[in-house]
Amino acid sequence: MSDTAVQLSGVTKTYGTGTSWLARLTRQRAATLTAVDGVDLELRRGEVLALVGESGSGKSTLAKILVGSTSPTTGTVEPTGRGKAAARRVQMVFQDPYSSLNPRLTVGAVLAELLRLHEIVPRAQVRAECERLVNLVGLEADVLDAYPSQFSGGQRQRLAIARALAVRPDVLVADEPVSALDVSVQATVLDLIARLRAELGLSVLFIAHNLAVVQHLADRVAVMYLGRIVEVAPTAELFSSPRHPYTRALIDSIPRMAAGSVNDEFELDGEPPSPYDVPAGCRFHPRCPLATDECRATDPPLLDVGTARQSACLHADQLATIPLPEPGPLEPQR
Amino acid sequence: MTSTQPAPFRVGIDETVPLLRVRDLSVGTSGATIVDGVSFDVAAGERTGIVGESGSGKSLTLRAIAGLLPRGVRVTGGAVEYGGTDLLTMPARRRRALMGPEIAMVFQEPMTALNPVMRVGDQIAEGPRRHLGLGKAEAADLAVQMMARTGIPDPARRARAYPHELSGGLRQRIMIAMAVSCGPRLLLCDEPTTALDVTVQLQVLKLLERLCEDTGTALVFVTHDLAVVNQTCSAVDVMYAGHVVESGPVAEVFTAPKHPYTRGLLESAPDFDRPDRELVPIPGFPPNVADRGPGCPFAPRCGYVVDTCRTQMPPLATVAPGRLAACFETDRLGEAL
Repeated sequence: MSDTAVQLSGVTKTYGTGTSWLARLTRQRAATLTAVDGVDLELRRGEVLALVGESGSGKSTLAKILVGSTSPTTGTVEPTGRGKAAARRVQMVFQDPYSSLNPRLTVGAVLAELLRLHEIVPRAQVRAECERLVNLVGLEADVLDAYPSQFSGGQRQRLAIARALAVRPDVLVADEPVSALDVSVQATVLDLIARLRAELGLSVLFIAHNLAVVQHLADRVAVMYLGRIVEVAPTAELFSSPRHPYTRALIDSIPRMAAGSVNDEFELDGEPPSPYDVPAGCRFHPRCPLATDECRATDPPLLDVGTARQSACLHADQLATIPLPEPGPLEPQR
Repeated sequence: MTSTQPAPFRVGIDETVPLLRVRDLSVGTSGATIVDGVSFDVAAGERTGIVGESGSGKSLTLRAIAGLLPRGVRVTGGAVEYGGTDLLTMPARRRRALMGPEIAMVFQEPMTALNPVMRVGDQIAEGPRRHLGLGKAEAADLAVQMMARTGIPDPARRARAYPHELSGGLRQRIMIAMAVSCGPRLLLCDEPTTALDVTVQLQVLKLLERLCEDTGTALVFVTHDLAVVNQTCSAVDVMYAGHVVESGPVAEVFTAPKHPYTRGLLESAPDFDRPDRELVPIPGFPPNVADRGPGCPFAPRCGYVVDTCRTQMPPLATVAPGRLAACFETDRLGEAL
């Protein structure tokens, strides 16, 4: 058994905005949006890989490609497969637990339907399996007879995870699974994901915008910018010594609890450029404080920097010499 | 840049009392009390955060101050004193005249708060025309100035754009420009950065801070994000199930909380600067607003609960200089986190 759960190679996804008959008559070229642009990414067996980046960076499109709900324009996803067997292998947990569960079915009916369709257990054992699933996510068996509307956000997200686990997947894709939840219950869902990874050996692609959450849960982090992966590294290394100026800018933007840890050396002006109109050269150069003429001309590939980490920046080494601010003490500033 | 801006219309303000005094404010529907006796002060020029989870009543408190409660929800008791005058007993006409030149509000989702069929420059100019008595051309100039002050690049061109033509960050800047266009003394913000990317959030937070510092505007900032309050505000009120449960300076409340709920919030949220700390979730979940028993609403989830907590609501009382907490067992909480 290989160490790779899923391998994306050269994955690109473009969306045409549709050509009207008039545009076709006048032979105008259709505008295309490149949501994902040549991504190579390995999800290793049993790891939590976080995918971070601003909205519009292509995170969710990449997730859809991974679960097979959309196919890449070019590039491959290994292992390949179609039909029920492939659908079972990769399961998804969505951001909003209020819209991802069928409100007209009881929890038990939602789970039982999946178990029967995919023939996970013999029919006689469906109820027992449903109970096992809800226990697995920390809920009691009596929730099976209730409807989703009877649960709080945190409980619903547990149910959504139970639904994903019903078909016994190898890979869980979680798209912002805690960002709709209150802070006090976020931790329970994060702990659940960590525990399931440990107990079931699940591989998890965890999409999030809250970097403090990512830092808490992920083994590795991939940073996306305008459809590209610009940096991949083990979590601790990524946050202690980022090798891409965009990663550094994200870290400097995090609202902090410690005094003195805010630094605006890498504060970004403006917002991400439109994916319809990607800048030439390095796509980050218009917002980059380290940009040089070379950056405006060269589109840097994702290359190894040190062991086990990669960056798509011509100045990755220079960046390593600019230290992050030391967090101050958590003491009252009287 | 402010030279062409005329002095805004002002009402009589009693300078000897806090700019905003909320006293025993209750808000509810016909069946349920959602905000239950909330009191806090905001001094002129002060930046106060209100934190709490969904359903804590923090947004309704803000909306009650602004007089913008949704249909079916009304103030059932208490007072909202602005500059020494109760807004709730004031004639509606006079109260409306305060909105803009004295009190302004920034909403969470600028796409739904802005008029989709009106150019953003015209939307910003509406307030100054109405409240400052500016002519059409003057107000249009002021709108462009305001957009420049909120850091919108190429403001003259952007003023002619419609909301859907702008990004989320720019739309939020438009809302802020609109809110500060008449020079309010009090700015109410309801989760103004929750819908934004983290890099844009930082820009907007810095903008709010700079505007408030430049003009001496007081800020009430409602959010669920403790770190955002930590970076933006000097004082904080923590709300739970319709009550203010703790209040004090941010630096003290977040380092040595005096209420078990505040402590629970701090322990359950991941902190980027302390990655190895274990997260401790608060057990259970917030109570349903409709069936709240007597006693402290946090009692069922509280690790410090005693019998009295289940029968009596602890009052919000001074527990240390400048610190208020509504807890019978605050002494058992220990010192720093």
